[in-house]
Amino acid sequence: MKKYILVRALYSVVTLWLLVTIIFGLVRLTGDPVAMKAEAGADPAYVAQLRHSWGLDQPLHRQYMGFIGRLLRGDFGHSFEKSLPVRDIYFERLPNSLKLGFAAFLISLALGVPFGMLSALKVNSVWDNAGKVIALLGLSMPGFFVGLVLIIVFGIQLGWLPVLGKGSSAFVWSAPSTWATFWFRDWAHLAMPAFALGWYFSGAMLRITRSGMLDVLGSDYIKLVRLKGVPEAVVVAKHALKNSMIPVLTFAGLNLLIMVNVSVVIEVIFNWPGVGQLLYDALSNRDFPMVQGVVLMSGLLIVLLNFTIDVLYGYVDPRIRLSR
Amino acid sequence: MATIPIATDQTVAVLRVARRGYRALQNVPVIPLLMLGVLTAMAILAPIVAPHSKLDPVKPLRGQCLAKFNMPDCPYVDNAPPFWAAGGTLDTPLGTDSLGRDVLSRLMHGARISLIVALTGTLFAGAIGTILGVLAGYMGRWWDEIIMRITDAWLTLPSLVFAILLSSVREPSLWNVVLILGLVFWSRYSRAVRGEVLTLRERDFVKLAEINGIDKLTIIRRHLIPNVMNTVMVLFSLQVGVAVIIEASLSFLGFGVPPPEPSWGLMMAQERESLMEGRWWLEVFPGICITMLVLSANMLGDWLRVRLDPQLRNR
Repeated sequence: MKKYILVRALYSVVTLWLLVTIIFGLVRLTGDPVAMKAEAGADPAYVAQLRHSWGLDQPLHRQYMGFIGRLLRGDFGHSFEKSLPVRDIYFERLPNSLKLGFAAFLISLALGVPFGMLSALKVNSVWDNAGKVIALLGLSMPGFFVGLVLIIVFGIQLGWLPVLGKGSSAFVWSAPSTWATFWFRDWAHLAMPAFALGWYFSGAMLRITRSGMLDVLGSDYIKLVRLKGVPEAVVVAKHALKNSMIPVLTFAGLNLLIMVNVSVVIEVIFNWPGVGQLLYDALSNRDFPMVQGVVLMSGLLIVLLNFTIDVLYGYVDPRIRLSR
Repeated sequence: MATIPIATDQTVAVLRVARRGYRALQNVPVIPLLMLGVLTAMAILAPIVAPHSKLDPVKPLRGQCLAKFNMPDCPYVDNAPPFWAAGGTLDTPLGTDSLGRDVLSRLMHGARISLIVALTGTLFAGAIGTILGVLAGYMGRWWDEIIMRITDAWLTLPSLVFAILLSSVREPSLWNVVLILGLVFWSRYSRAVRGEVLTLRERDFVKLAEINGIDKLTIIRRHLIPNVMNTVMVLFSLQVGVAVIIEASLSFLGFGVPPPEPSWGLMMAQERESLMEGRWWLEVFPGICITMLVLSANMLGDWLRVRLDPQLRNR
């Protein structure tokens, strides 16, 4: 087990290093940030000083080593726009994105799992076909379209829900009293973006629940339980459901990854001040340290998540840790 | 006497062919093919069948200006509603946008952009991914380690975030989006293809080819690539829908196809203010187009996956 964790950790480190290198290369390809920061006709001395202060006058390998060194110390550089450390801005925004992500995740579970179970229990029935259509629509309607339709119906025509922003509650790191209350306030603001984000995943969730349930229902131990004369409701609720949830929960990790992804567009539409909107603003303003930092952080989170899933897998299933 | 049996033979043969054709047709997914057919026809025939120009405002009909602006003449009528609403005309069946351009014509030209970008982008990704996957799986050792580690790192990045990052490298253009799609999605293919090649490489026909002294490049070209094509085809069809959504999202955010080209995502982005003023049709029509295209691509992909994978056929 120790060796397995060690190998996984090594792979994660290699992945991270490659990620950092790819991003370093890409950001260097995007053009000279000094030329963008300093307007045309700026004082050459000022330009040179700017170049020096960002370390851009050094040879490339020096820059690269310095970049990695700073990253190891947790320093992601300073934002051009706000003159604040990228890390601080990122962590200020992160709770908002997490709130949206968790809400969307719960919505996708609430929509996907019951319908998926119903589909699996009544294969090829009306319910199953309805489930298939919902799953296909979920996967085919882009999140921003769902969001805009929601805005049209509930925000403008009916006027029930606020269209923009996250409400007045905020997660403040220095004020522990906000740490708990933040998650339970301003649900009216949360409803539409969370649904638009969760919609896509409910389709995927439905499919996974259905196929997982079908696998389990066809297995020998379920047949045995049925032979023993256990009522069907107990078979489903107690024996089948628990085991069919394993792929669903595995998928949860992957879900988070894709949610970071889709949330850029959702956050921009609903003016939700999360990480996705931060990335969008940074790129619109050509704020490269910010862009670099956000992409790196989202990569880092996913690598950590994958590592955790791998290790948990190793604990749960001995075959996995022996095969590698 | 002699002609009669021949004639019956022919009828029997014709009947058999017809029956076989009918059976094949029954298995074909009609709905997605129909949707895809309509969208493709729109894309190909856009310059011929589109009633108006995609970039210039529509010349107003007589009386339209008078009704809207209370003036005898005007350069164009903006924000005209679809034909069934009050103030709409059949000349512009789906209305006009905030610059007075015909929505239907722009949607038709938009189908062109979406299809070109999604198909070529996915093809590009498939080509890179397949080659790298075959190399990693067949050459093994260092090739495998290096390519697969890069693939893993690549898969780690969320695709839209990565696409947005890439879009800042070069000036926005249609072909830039194609390039981005290729660079983002190749890792999906190399992963799957490598796994496939790892089992193929142990099969007898590859071993025999190696014993006969055929060089590696020929083995890859003649024996491996044709055998992974099934997997690649299925992945391709499933990725096209994703590519359409990514293109639309990039254009929606303003990092994709630049204006004034009528990309569906861009059309939705440009009319966000109209939305707040209650002109929902400017958002909904492009959205429906995107959904239809992705839906048909996904349905075809699912069908193809089940067809090519016998294990799934009974699900």
